[in-house]
Amino acid sequence: MMKRAKALFLGLLRPSSLLLAGSVSAESVTRQLNMPRGVTEVSQAAYDIHMIMIWICTVIGVLVLGFMFYVMFAHRKSKGVTAANFHENLVVEVLWTVIPALILIVMAVPATTALLKVYDTENPDIDIKVTGYQWKWQYEYIGEGVKFMSELRTSQDEIYGRAPKGEHYLREVTQPLVIPTNKKVRFLITGNDVIHSWWVPDFGVKRDAVPGLFTAAWTKTDQPGTYVGECTELCGLGHAFMPVVVEVKEEAEYEAWLAGKKEEAAIYASTIGKQWTFDELMVKGEQVYGRSCAGCHQVNGEGITGVFPALKDSPIALGPAEGHIAILIDGVAGSAMQSFAEQLSEVEIAAVVHYERNAWGNDVGDIVQPINVLNFKQSQ
Amino acid sequence: MSRTSTHGGLLIKLLMGAVAMFAFAIFVLPPLYDLFCEVTGIGGKTGGAYTASEITIDTSRKVEVQFVATNNATIPWDFYPTEHKVFVHPGESREITFFARNKTSNDMVAQAIPNVLPNNAADYFHKTECFCFNNQPLGAGEQAELAVVFVLDPDLPVSVNAVTLSYTLFDITDRIPMQVSQIQ
Amino acid sequence: MAHGPSQNFFSRWLFSTNHKDIGTLYLWFSFAMFLLGGFFAMVIRAELFQPGMQLIKPEFFVQMTTMHGLVMVFGAIMPAFVGLANWMIPMMIGAPDMALPRMNNLSFWILPFAFTILTSTLFMEGGGPNFGWTFYAPLSTTYAPDTVNYFIFGVHMMGASSIMGSINIIATVMNMRAPGMTYMKMPLFVWTWVITAFLLVAVMPVLAGAVTMMLMDINFGTSFFDAAGGGDPVLFQHVFWFFGHPEVYIIILPAFGVVSQIIPTFSRKPLFGYSSMVYATASIAFLSFIVWAHHMFTVGMPIAGELYFMYATMLIAVPTGVKVFNWITTMYKGALTFETPMLFSIAFVILFTFGGFTGMMLSIAAADTQYHDTYFVVAHFHYVMVAGAVFSGTAAVYYWLPKWCGRMYDETMGKVQFWIAFIAFNITFMPQHFLGLAGMPRRYSDYGLQFTDWNMVSSIGAFLYGGAQLLFLYNVIRTIGWGKPIDDPQVWEGAEGLEWTVPTPAPFHTFSTPPVVK
Repeated sequence: MMKRAKALFLGLLRPSSLLLAGSVSAESVTRQLNMPRGVTEVSQAAYDIHMIMIWICTVIGVLVLGFMFYVMFAHRKSKGVTAANFHENLVVEVLWTVIPALILIVMAVPATTALLKVYDTENPDIDIKVTGYQWKWQYEYIGEGVKFMSELRTSQDEIYGRAPKGEHYLREVTQPLVIPTNKKVRFLITGNDVIHSWWVPDFGVKRDAVPGLFTAAWTKTDQPGTYVGECTELCGLGHAFMPVVVEVKEEAEYEAWLAGKKEEAAIYASTIGKQWTFDELMVKGEQVYGRSCAGCHQVNGEGITGVFPALKDSPIALGPAEGHIAILIDGVAGSAMQSFAEQLSEVEIAAVVHYERNAWGNDVGDIVQPINVLNFKQSQ
Repeated sequence: MSRTSTHGGLLIKLLMGAVAMFAFAIFVLPPLYDLFCEVTGIGGKTGGAYTASEITIDTSRKVEVQFVATNNATIPWDFYPTEHKVFVHPGESREITFFARNKTSNDMVAQAIPNVLPNNAADYFHKTECFCFNNQPLGAGEQAELAVVFVLDPDLPVSVNAVTLSYTLFDITDRIPMQVSQIQ
Repeated sequence: MAHGPSQNFFSRWLFSTNHKDIGTLYLWFSFAMFLLGGFFAMVIRAELFQPGMQLIKPEFFVQMTTMHGLVMVFGAIMPAFVGLANWMIPMMIGAPDMALPRMNNLSFWILPFAFTILTSTLFMEGGGPNFGWTFYAPLSTTYAPDTVNYFIFGVHMMGASSIMGSINIIATVMNMRAPGMTYMKMPLFVWTWVITAFLLVAVMPVLAGAVTMMLMDINFGTSFFDAAGGGDPVLFQHVFWFFGHPEVYIIILPAFGVVSQIIPTFSRKPLFGYSSMVYATASIAFLSFIVWAHHMFTVGMPIAGELYFMYATMLIAVPTGVKVFNWITTMYKGALTFETPMLFSIAFVILFTFGGFTGMMLSIAAADTQYHDTYFVVAHFHYVMVAGAVFSGTAAVYYWLPKWCGRMYDETMGKVQFWIAFIAFNITFMPQHFLGLAGMPRRYSDYGLQFTDWNMVSSIGAFLYGGAQLLFLYNVIRTIGWGKPIDDPQVWEGAEGLEWTVPTPAPFHTFSTPPVVK
């Protein structure tokens, strides 16, 4: 902490270096004092109008407060001055009403141009739906069949001080949003539960995510990189723990990434996401059983008395599916029955459980879907 | 002091003013806001059922209409458009469907809330038929194809060449006192 | 004098109908609330001293930010100015008391109950309000803890109190002015308060309406703010800010009034541009009704709406600028001395101007995209709320305390308090501008490592600022008990106005016979 305090103190002594620091290296990020210029037309426009305002305010402030300080030194009673008695002057009063009004009118011009840029959401190349959840973001590439959750990756241990905080503390997510360079990306922003707000400072994009309402924002940049943002509307206790991370990739790289995602989605849809029929599962289950189970429990499911229990007519196979799935995922401690959670996929576990419940005269008749297995795993 | 009566009069006037502002907040602001939204397209609200009148089809323009579906509060339904986008001429009537399936083992009632983007297109997006006009009851495990028939007004601003229609699906089972079978 | 205060402690304070006693009650109550809200702020700053969650859990942090805002706005600042109004308005306009003394008693005694209810929610199951002082739906409706009903009840009570207090002030000013005290002769503090009172009567019912709609959505199945039933969460924000923007002027206008009394006194020169001050105050009040949605630039309004609210908001700079120019010109060619009230008033002018500048920056919608809901906004409104309202309230107490109790405060201690408060205030809130610009959102219970430095600085400043308030409390108590007795009715050399013509200390009843104002 002392080191940090010292660095800060030294930093304060060199204000010019603070103001000029770029936004690239970790060092300068720590010291950032001003709004980032960002990497898009919109963020640049916001930065420009911000700087115009700062300079206008600085000039007015120096003039007005400078005059006040002059008065405070020149017209003090201790200097033996006597107070004048005037209390009106129409000319100055009109002047200092009209002049600020004129300044405002001049300022309104760049302010309007900048705002028009923010609203220029037409003709996008890519549409991405952004949904705010308590407390994570969901990104859906509209029309591509790709959709995923983006959650904070920082561990609770780091947050509660039980482990050292990493370099990217609260600035890291499980899966960042990925967009290509030089494409106009439109974000359709909505909320799932309460109002959130999706902000990426370097894009100059901040839009509230309101449940039941859609709004649009856009971005386009030619600079690849990782950009971090935040949720900026109070959304409950996890408000500070749902960062936004966007990776901007070169177009080819993006296409490759998207293709990978689509493939993942296709596999998911044909396996876990798919609704399997009774017979499909029986066929698949028989294959898995033959490969992984029949060695002990035997092809006819009757096991070997005293060594490997029978599955035919067994209370577990005829009982609730949950318990049956649990045996495969957790194994049975102290026996030869190991956990199959890592060896078999969700689809394979579902199929084999289904098979065992409906083969050799077992006739539970229910269907165990891969999604049930996944849900069971996730609920553990 | 003899001013009591003056105070009384003023007190009553000011209290009435306060009560009027209270009433204004509850009874005037919400409908005013809705009206304002409808006129300006704020929030992309699309208004109620539209009765088709004589509209000429403007074949010189083709507008992309894209469909988006969202499940509010993670309502455990499958809900998605059966086609992701269509191209229509302004004035042309088109039917599209959304697929919905209640994945739970309970009867549920849902309500879809529409939105149109960009906002300045909301006024020109007419729905002659829409599942969002009513609530949608689905029994446990039931599924349905929900239809929307829409027409884009030929007066749609020329700058708009793509429109997004989105539905957010809300679970309103608790708000509906009836059984699903009764609604169906 | 016919009769003095009741000798029985309880009947004197519980059943008081005397404007001075009720004013005193308001002031002590508001200071107690100021310490409570300050304590919440200290909890917040202590947690934010370092990244990571050290002292409290995120859910409690959110309750702290909510309660800090609610207690400071409704419990500390507003009652403080009502207290000043109670004490000073009758004395400034030559009236014997407030117009409706019994209602005056009621409007005060509602407040302790309202805040007891509000604060007690912190100890209930589910915790206190956790949706920010702006309580946006649906976080404050569908997703709120059950204690939200107590919150709503509390808001109703403080609203009723404010409305009654305002009606009283309006009635007093309209009906009870001394002969010859025309409207354009009223001290500016009276003017700013009467305009504030009209604002309160107009918008507190809107707040009551907002929470009533919430109550119905939560308990009676309506859908004002629930999209599922055809309502709209954004409607809540419109209704809230229709109240909320006038509300911030309700807080700052009486502060303008106080400063407009103090600066002429210590400049020994009449207020410059009295009538333009009145018009500026009135136009600020008017503008406050037509700019509310500048709090909602990121909600996705159509561009026409954004442009309108941006232009209208920028306009506020004009009357506000007029006020600042008038104060400075009042000082120009005066004979200035710098007693504690004057120091606080000058600090008010400087820091309020600074807060005004950041306010102008925030009005630019495109830049607001970057500022909105960050610490930049937090810094902005603390510059106008703390350096504005709280500094001017402190100045008012130092300015009028000798008149109230006939004893002089310790000037050295006052100045020490001023300098600690001034420096600590800037250490606390100046870095928050940088934090906001660098990307730290408000109401965050934890933050990334890059924000550590300035948060530390800000927290240190906050503790120092908190300490300065204890010094203030000590100075006030010391003055009342052991201060140097004074009996000069004018107290301050340059003070003008009816309140300085009554004896010091101000007797229990003043102006039983109306004075004649020439």
